[in-house]
Amino acid sequence: MTITKTQRDILGSSALRPDGISKVQGDFAFSSDLHAENMLWGATLRSPHPYARIVSIDVSGAWKIAGVECVITAEDVPGQLTYGLISEDQPVFARDVVRYMGEPVAAVAADHPETCRRALAAIQVVYEVLTPLTNPEHAIDASHEPIHPDGNIIRRQRIMHGDPTATAPIVVEGTYDIGMQDQAFLGTESALAIPDHDGAGVEVFVATQWLHEDRKQMAKCLGMPEEKVRLVLGGVGGAFGAREDISLQVHTALLAMRTSRPVKMQYGREESFFGHVHRHPAQIWMRHHANTDGRIVKIEARFVFDGGAYSSTSSAVLINGVTHTQGPYQCPNAVVDGYAVRTNNPPCGAMRGFGVVQACFAHEGQMDKLAAATGIDEVEIRLRNIIHTGDTMITGQVLESVAPLERCIRETAAMPLPAEMGSHPHELDLPGGSGRTADRRNIVRGIGWGVSMKNLMYSEGFDDYSTARCTLTNGSVELKFATSEVGQGFVTLAPQIARSVLGVDNVTYDTIDTQIGSAGSTSASRQTWMSGGAVDGACRMVRERLFEHVGAVHNIDPLRLAIDDTDIIDTVGTLRISVQEASANFSVSETYEYHHRKTEDLDENGQGNCHVAFAFVAHRAVVDVDVELGLVKVVQIATAQDVGRVLNPMSVTGQIEGGIAQGLGLAVMEEIIVTNGIVRNPSFTDYLLPTALDAPQVVISMIEVPDPQAPMGAKGVGEAPCISVTPAIVAAIRNATGKSIDRCPVRPQDICF
Amino acid sequence: MSELEHYSLTVNGVERQVSDAWIGESLLYVLRERLGLPGSKGACEQGECGSCTVFVDNAAVCSCLVMAATAVGTQIATVEGLNDDGSLTDVQEAFITEGAVQCGFCTPGLVMAVHHLLDHNDSPNEQEIKEALSGNICRCTGYGRIFAAVDTVISVRKGVSS
Repeated sequence: MTITKTQRDILGSSALRPDGISKVQGDFAFSSDLHAENMLWGATLRSPHPYARIVSIDVSGAWKIAGVECVITAEDVPGQLTYGLISEDQPVFARDVVRYMGEPVAAVAADHPETCRRALAAIQVVYEVLTPLTNPEHAIDASHEPIHPDGNIIRRQRIMHGDPTATAPIVVEGTYDIGMQDQAFLGTESALAIPDHDGAGVEVFVATQWLHEDRKQMAKCLGMPEEKVRLVLGGVGGAFGAREDISLQVHTALLAMRTSRPVKMQYGREESFFGHVHRHPAQIWMRHHANTDGRIVKIEARFVFDGGAYSSTSSAVLINGVTHTQGPYQCPNAVVDGYAVRTNNPPCGAMRGFGVVQACFAHEGQMDKLAAATGIDEVEIRLRNIIHTGDTMITGQVLESVAPLERCIRETAAMPLPAEMGSHPHELDLPGGSGRTADRRNIVRGIGWGVSMKNLMYSEGFDDYSTARCTLTNGSVELKFATSEVGQGFVTLAPQIARSVLGVDNVTYDTIDTQIGSAGSTSASRQTWMSGGAVDGACRMVRERLFEHVGAVHNIDPLRLAIDDTDIIDTVGTLRISVQEASANFSVSETYEYHHRKTEDLDENGQGNCHVAFAFVAHRAVVDVDVELGLVKVVQIATAQDVGRVLNPMSVTGQIEGGIAQGLGLAVMEEIIVTNGIVRNPSFTDYLLPTALDAPQVVISMIEVPDPQAPMGAKGVGEAPCISVTPAIVAAIRNATGKSIDRCPVRPQDICF
Repeated sequence: MSELEHYSLTVNGVERQVSDAWIGESLLYVLRERLGLPGSKGACEQGECGSCTVFVDNAAVCSCLVMAATAVGTQIATVEGLNDDGSLTDVQEAFITEGAVQCGFCTPGLVMAVHHLLDHNDSPNEQEIKEALSGNICRCTGYGRIFAAVDTVISVRKGVSS
């Protein structure tokens, strides 16, 4: 079969993925599919203890195994011994002490994965086991010795806004616990490192979210200039934040440099659970003061994010959390205290929603408590408090983004509810699904709400620019960018932009690598805005040059020219010439660097214009709960999302449906269980993910109000879907059961007992 | 390693020699690393995610759970063998046109699972579709576009315009 197209793949169309054919045929080269002649396999030895002193490491046993070509430890790191995204506090290999279960201690390279496994087993490490710090409160109260030279508090941030003594007749409070979620991308960490023939450099094919940041950190640890470390994006099997930090990059490159042979490393699923950071577990206390009409007067809050052993992005996650205390609601007075702390639990960092997921779970629980205390309907109480463009937030920052929040809520509320469960439902439609024993008579339906706002792009003064190049030659365009394609579809969007701006149809993109300036990270809902802005800018520059060329040829002022479909037209004359014809024997290339507006650090009272922009969304969840077995079936999610402008409807639908599934996971099943620093469920058997049987009906409305601050008017859509869906589902469970459940995921025992 | 084996496997109708292989290698490893067929993906290595789905004697199995040497004498079919001429099957086409592909890591396994379902049941109902695909985890899509792709194939096969 062949796919026939009936319309141009410009902005606003559901253009198909350019990598779709190779992906459905199994030809697409994920980083784990790469091979090189004479290649070795690499593997990592990890600590079995959450906290221990390394007494000795004896690697001689590994060297004796036939097929082993290299064994490295901390002693073999040629450059900086530590790395990190914000603070360089994480060792490439543990040297004196291990601070979390799974911390790398050594690595080997050998001829076969099985040889690697045997070599790792032959390395003798003597540990003196220490008492781990696993309770985040003990990091705050200083009752445990510092487990790292940088101390046990990664960051503390207060917000003081308005009148701290303000109060109001209605006061509700709650303490909310959010579990540790895993990104669980399907394509585990993998890289192929190929040393240069002269031994002075290395090329690394790696699945990552940010090539240039990886290169910067790698070059420091390898003790090499950045230009000697060339990164190429290996095919990425999902990311969701878990590829923002370094994992195997330095290890793989170092093994390749030491052996002068290509080395491939690929984590198995269990190792992947230890090899990347997770969503921070958090405990959040909030107290809302409101008038009897439901309007919020003051919010008090305390946040504790457990950052685990190393800081990763914890300080930025904390800022996202505390600055979203109010959620998408007006709040004139606030007193907030927040901590991100270091423990001997698994390191935590970026995951889709980045601190706002945790804050939202708390503020939406509070809105329902407020509704109950005031007797106001849960939709009405939200509508009464919603924030508008021009309102001042608790950071003192004025909300400048388009904020069609009322439409989000009202359109969600207007969506039809699903049919009631019949008296003899199919067993697969019951909570728990096949093989469970849910009884129709014990099933109760509930409805719940969640509404959220999420910052877009990086904050606190960080200039996370993006770079793109557009080359027009004989009517064809080639784009170049370093934007990580992790599945989200930037490789679909970028050619759409070029077709719309330049009136061409044949658009390709070059290899995604470090041979152009940084694109920043594929995170924070930022690539449509940032790299989209860069591609748009580069294409516009090329268009100006093309108009100058056509103007010169036809003796017309270039300012009179415009693109009309695939033609260039004289807007005040008769000239009409196809772009194809106009660009014959013409070649031009332009590079554009897009920067968003500047932001500021927060001061000691949490005041400052720290965020760039915001997006809004509403979710309504309908659940069926077996109140005896504690099982939950999410029946329907209705959502209306502020997207600015829809650039590719099918891609946006995919982001919304996919984000909802991840938020559903956090609501009812996904949690890394850690007891005393030990991870109990590092596998897909024990860490449960939503399957096809868990997928609810999803009803979507995309709210299009183009944001004048956004290139093309479009807001990032990746994170909003997974934020307020979690509290909506948990609210629906509360609604069904009448239980006060203030934690997620909701477990059977939370419902039954 | 000393304990190396030689055997042959029939993959996509072609007999392939496997030489100097460790006996413990899974069918997934042999397909990917020895026979140059990386279309089957490894994501969990314990039969939970379905990314490595292949057919062994027309049964859909997780190739990570099959010891390669035990598949001697069977007919093995992988995603690479769905269409000999490089064109797309109806399932593959629907996955592209309905937006069922994002990162694509689960896609080959899901394509195999959908073929297996529809080759045995030309008009599955919603529950049958969900149950048949519940062994294939997708982390990107939330499954909505995958269901849409399955519905499209069913309609096209029945001659109904989608």
